This record gives sequence, structure tokens and C-alpha cells, in this order.
Amino acid sequence: MSDIAERVKKIVVEHLGVEAAQVKEDAKFIDDLGADSLDTVELVMAFEEEFSIEIPDDAAEKIQTVGDAINFINANAKS
Amino acid sequence: MRRVVVTGMGMVTPLGDGVDTNWRRLLAAESGIRAIQAFDTTDLATKIAGEVPRGDKESGLFNADLYMLPKDQRKVDKFIIFAMAAAKQAVEDSGWKPEDDESRERTGVMIGSGIGGLGPIADTAIELKEKGPRRVSPFFIPSALINLASGQVSIRHGFKGPNHAVVTACATGAHAIGDAARIIRYGDADVMVAGGAESAVVPVGIAGFIACRALSTDFNDTPDKASRPYDKARDGFVMGEGAGVLVLEEYEHAKARGAKIYAEVLGYGMAGDAYHITAPAEDGDGGFRAMRAAIKDAGIQPSDIDYINAHGTSTPLGDEIELGAVERLLGDAAAKMTMSSTKGATGHLLGAAGAIEAAFTCLAIRDQIAPPTINLENPSVETPIDLVPNTAKPVKIEIAMSNSFGFGGTNASVVFKKVA
Repeated sequence: MSDIAERVKKIVVEHLGVEAAQVKEDAKFIDDLGADSLDTVELVMAFEEEFSIEIPDDAAEKIQTVGDAINFINANAKS
Repeated sequence: MRRVVVTGMGMVTPLGDGVDTNWRRLLAAESGIRAIQAFDTTDLATKIAGEVPRGDKESGLFNADLYMLPKDQRKVDKFIIFAMAAAKQAVEDSGWKPEDDESRERTGVMIGSGIGGLGPIADTAIELKEKGPRRVSPFFIPSALINLASGQVSIRHGFKGPNHAVVTACATGAHAIGDAARIIRYGDADVMVAGGAESAVVPVGIAGFIACRALSTDFNDTPDKASRPYDKARDGFVMGEGAGVLVLEEYEHAKARGAKIYAEVLGYGMAGDAYHITAPAEDGDGGFRAMRAAIKDAGIQPSDIDYINAHGTSTPLGDEIELGAVERLLGDAAAKMTMSSTKGATGHLLGAAGAIEAAFTCLAIRDQIAPPTINLENPSVETPIDLVPNTAKPVKIEIAMSNSFGFGGTNASVVFKKVA
């Protein structure tokens, strides 16, 4: 589980160019981490690639915080 | 009529980053052409190009991180990064910093490109084929769209005036500067950040121009000799990448804030060949009429011109056709004309070429020196015009003209004048 959280945080750091310390589980991608709507689309794609899952659009819209992403992936990742 | 002057310049080219580095290396007759580093050229007939040299700014090399955060560089093609770099340099050089909304709304951007994001288009097509549409990045379209150079520059600097982009192949840079000057003349803006950017040194770009029989293939082992305008041994152009941007400004606006003025944009002319998709009209008539229109717009005679920065791409056909058109334009005045092609040193930057050459033309006026046509050892034809072979030449320059011609038979000429 912590492995998934670490991998999610690493992707967020790489894609949004933020400091690892900012990437807390309650951090919102848009309000707290400076992402725009295109960044969030790209983040979801990166999660899909990293964890070999598919995140449908309606689920993707609900992923607004780092924690949302970790929870979704924990519940859906095959590995 | 409102007059337009050049108050700032920036460029990144195969000769390096920054106007000073470029001008110094150009006057020293150095070449920016090397073996292609960015990708494997094993299967390509052309293995050389003018890539922007990467490294420390202090050494005159290009460090993209100075102009765009690494996380943002990922979202744009190189032509946009080059445009951002040249625009930042030009804006800083001009000292123009609009402090209120009205000034921002009177400042526009017009940076074009010949092809735009060819690299991401090719890469994304492969991604689509291999992994399907869900893997296409949301940044693909805005990384590749040509007008996103103007868009990104306007966002960075807060310039809210006219936001436009030219796409006329190798005449893009000249058209952008000419059109932007007209936007100021017409009163739609007081300041325009104008130029061109290109990053077509990618496998599909090189392969495509090889297929058009446009690129040099004989000089893969001696890259610095490959771009040789007017020389007997020339066998095609050498592709370059980079960007050139000028800050154009209404004359009274520039004077009121005590801006440094490089030159006045005195005239601008355009014409179409209506002849062939890639070859210039055999008699050079389109180029001739573009030059004639620019001279008429400037209110001068052909004999008033002291220096011409030629299009001169080092193709077997084009160089002599342009030379013939210039001779026809000048008549007897050809004997006192100085004309050089700086593409010998930089290669051909396609949509950025007209912009960097406009900058070189302004510098020629500032320093009263004609930059050399490098690698011109044996001219392929006799001409009364001094083509400035291999060594820069001090010349008295009051008025100078820069020519740019593009695929599709599009021709543009811009006339610049020294401001006393």
C-alpha cells in the first residue's frame, strides 16, 4: 500500500514540478499543487500507465487530491 | 503615417544563444552546421544540420532552463522553447515593460513558424498507432500548434494586444515582421513582438525535405562546408533550427521612453509566384515583385539600397534565380551593391530564417558592416554584385533590405533604414 502511495507521489512530483514535501494526501491537484485541467488529464494517464489500470472519465473527475488517487489505485490496481 | 522602429532583438540559432554571440560568430565567418546529434541518421542521405548547441549561456550555448521551467518544457515542442527564449531576450533588450492594462493591450505578439511541432506530431502518431487514442497527451495539440509560440509568449509577458501567427514556409519570419509593422502603422498596437521559430530537425522533417530534393547530401563529412550560397559546389540547403524575435515599436512611443533604436522598418513588400509548389519561378519574378513592392512602400529607389541580406539558401536553382531578380531590380546600380547570405553560417532556419536575418540586417546597419557569405569559394555565375565571400566587409549602410522566399511561391522583402 505504501508502495502505491510513494509511486503516486513520485508521478505527481515529476509531472507538476512540485516539491515532494508539498505532495500530502489531502493536497488538491488544482488548488494546492498548481495543476490546470490539462495537467490533471495527463496525471490520470500517467497513473494508468504506471499501474496498468484504466481510470474511466467519471472516476477521473472525482480524483481531486493525492489521496483520492491513492485510494482509487489501491482499490483497482491489479498488482 | 505612424513610423515603426526596431527596439529589441533576440535569437537562438545554430551559432548559439543570444544576439551578441550570433553576431560575433557570424562576423568571424564561423559555421553552426554539424553532424546531427539528436537522432540516428544511418538511413538518411543527409546526416548534418544546424542544431542549436546546448550548454552554458556564458559560453554562448543554449540552456532551455533559463527560459522555461523543465516541467513546462515537457508540454511544448522545441520551436516554442526557442520562441520563448528569443522573445525574452528581445523584450529585455528593448526595456519595454508595460505596467498598466492599457499598455499591455497595446502590445501584441506575432511569432510564426513554417511547420510548427513536427516532432510531437510524428511521435504522437506512433503513440496512437502503438498504444491507442487514450495514450495521446492532452498537451499534444498545444505543443504543436504554430500560434502557440505567440500564445505562450503573450501568457508569459502579459501582452494582451493582437495575437497572431504567420505560416508562409521559409518566408514566415519576414512576413511576421512586415505584418506586425503594419499592425503598428495601422494603429492596432504600439508594440509588437514579432518573428519566427522552427524545430524541424527531426527524422520526418529531414526525410521530407530530402524527398523534395532540397537538402545538401554531398557534405556529410565536412558539415561546416555544406551551406555554401552561390558557390559552384552547392547542392542544397542545410536545415537549421532556432528562433528570431524583434520588438517593433511605434517611433514616438519608443522616443518617449528613451528606447534604443536599431533601425526603422521602412518598407515591406509581398508577392506570389503562382508557379510551382516547391520550385521558384524560373525568372524570379515573384521575388522581384516583392522587392519592388517593398521599395515602393519605403518610398525609395533601388539604388538607395546599400546592403541586401539575401534569401540565398544554397540550393542549385534558388540562389541564381534570386541573384538574377536582384540584378534586374538594380540595373546599373548592381555594380555598387553589397549582398550576402548569412545562411552559409546558420543554415536555413525555415520559418525563423527571415526573423534572424532581419536582426542581422539591423546589426549590419548599426555596425556599418556586411556579414560574410561563408564557403563561397567559386561563384557559379559572374555578377557585378559583391557577394561578400568569406570575410565581413565594412560598408556604409543607410538602407538595407532582407529577402525571404518560401515553398508555395511566397515572397517577402523588408526594408530597414538607419535612424539618425
